[in-house]
Amino acid sequence: MAAKRSEMVPMGLLWGAGIATLVILIVILAYILSKGLPLISWHFLTTNPGVRGQAGTGIYSTILATVAVTGVALLVAAPLSVGGAIYLNEYTRENLLRKVIRQAAEILAGIPSIIIGLFGFLFFVIYLLPYTGGWSVLSGGLTLAFMVLPISLRISEEALKAVPGELREGSLGLGATKWQSITTVVLPTALPGIVTGLILGMGRAIGETAAILLTAGGALGVIHSLRDPACPMTLYLYNILTEYNDTTTAYGTAAVLIIAILAITFVTDWLMNSYTKKLKGL
Amino acid sequence: MNNAIEISVKDLDLWFGKFQALKKISIDIPKNKVTALIGPSGCGKSTFIKTLDRMNDLVDNVKITGEVVYQGRNILDSDTDVVELRKQIGMVFQKPNPFPKSIFDNVAYGPRVHGVRKKANLNEVVERSLKAAALWEEVKDRLNESALRLSGGQQQRLCIARLLAVEPEVLLMDEPASALDPIATSKIEDLIYELKKDYTIVIVTHNMQQAARVSSNTAFFYLGELVEFASTIDLFERPRDKRTEDYVTGKFG
Repeated sequence: MAAKRSEMVPMGLLWGAGIATLVILIVILAYILSKGLPLISWHFLTTNPGVRGQAGTGIYSTILATVAVTGVALLVAAPLSVGGAIYLNEYTRENLLRKVIRQAAEILAGIPSIIIGLFGFLFFVIYLLPYTGGWSVLSGGLTLAFMVLPISLRISEEALKAVPGELREGSLGLGATKWQSITTVVLPTALPGIVTGLILGMGRAIGETAAILLTAGGALGVIHSLRDPACPMTLYLYNILTEYNDTTTAYGTAAVLIIAILAITFVTDWLMNSYTKKLKGL
Repeated sequence: MNNAIEISVKDLDLWFGKFQALKKISIDIPKNKVTALIGPSGCGKSTFIKTLDRMNDLVDNVKITGEVVYQGRNILDSDTDVVELRKQIGMVFQKPNPFPKSIFDNVAYGPRVHGVRKKANLNEVVERSLKAAALWEEVKDRLNESALRLSGGQQQRLCIARLLAVEPEVLLMDEPASALDPIATSKIEDLIYELKKDYTIVIVTHNMQQAARVSSNTAFFYLGELVEFASTIDLFERPRDKRTEDYVTGKFG
């Protein structure tokens, strides 16, 4: 019996450690959603925030701002990261350049977002002001692109690496060019992994606050162009909490953010699963 | 007897980094016959066959010298159009490697990348190729199913059909049956027997019975050297080299 008990203790502790993750997630989700969900209504989603955080208003313009800023980030980061990953994996051999680029992506991913934001502020908001309009959707989106890029690049590269070499050989062996092989065999096979990388990057962009705080401007009006200042949901949440202590609206906004991210995750998972199944002929 | 030469190899040396995998290989591969390459693992036979359609280009740190003359030119020259070359010299790999696409799209892949777009033409090529690869009867009702649902043997015949669809002159086969069960293997061998009427075939095998069954000529490779090249009957029954004799009589493998 004594021997058994000595086995039970570490197992129990490890079980607790594993369960802790789940419990923490559930507690956070439950807490935010229970406070925030009651606030969500058609009115909340389609009405603009009031001046000085007045009650009874919505978050319409901030949803729009989040979509716009994230969209810009993805439009810039997706071709760069996927293109970069294709170049690294398909056109270079394992060499110094490749190691350096991969290391660079890792360091970029590890730079604190406030520092990326600082750079975005100095470069896009100040230096490129005539083009970006200063604090704007464009400045915010381009800054976020720096944060999406390394995540998506690394995951795309892994996805391409996982495509069996035999498929490339098979395609080249039929007299297909390298580019044809990449577009018709390699990319379709790696697509689920590539999309996963982009979605993770997108999640990062939607949730980012510090970098946005320094680059997007925070104006609550509905944006009409990419050069307008904007206030995405995360920044709005921060502002109404710190400036107006409006916890109610903050919970509502948080709930919308969480639901959006959960929905994106689940829908993509589902789409990619069925795509993979189709690929495998199941 | 027709003694036309399809591919003429002269003084071929190949290094992987500092390791010399092929040493001064010279061999004339006859047209419209099956040439078998045998030898123990690591003897260079697979490396050799990959040189014939420049597949070794994909490997790091390879250095190749010598000549591989096909249609009057040395295909090892750096200005060789490898895409065009691989249309004419096709390869079937050890492990069946169908694309994760439908059966139809697998066979139509080659013609499509070479610009065939018309559905009627594609239908015709796909049917003809699958028939030539002895697979048509088994798959004609499920051409739109994923190729990955076929059995290993069917997948390998599909890969052969996929190759035939680009109408090559030469078929290189790198142990095409080594991953298959005996029944699937005998189907592949029957198929090779049929195909040799129209194609020059070079097949790597470590199965000597297979070499004896399908080929007219056999080359014995050992430690990167071409030890002996003769008609299959002579090589097995009257080997000139002691090493060949030891190998074909099973003294080592």
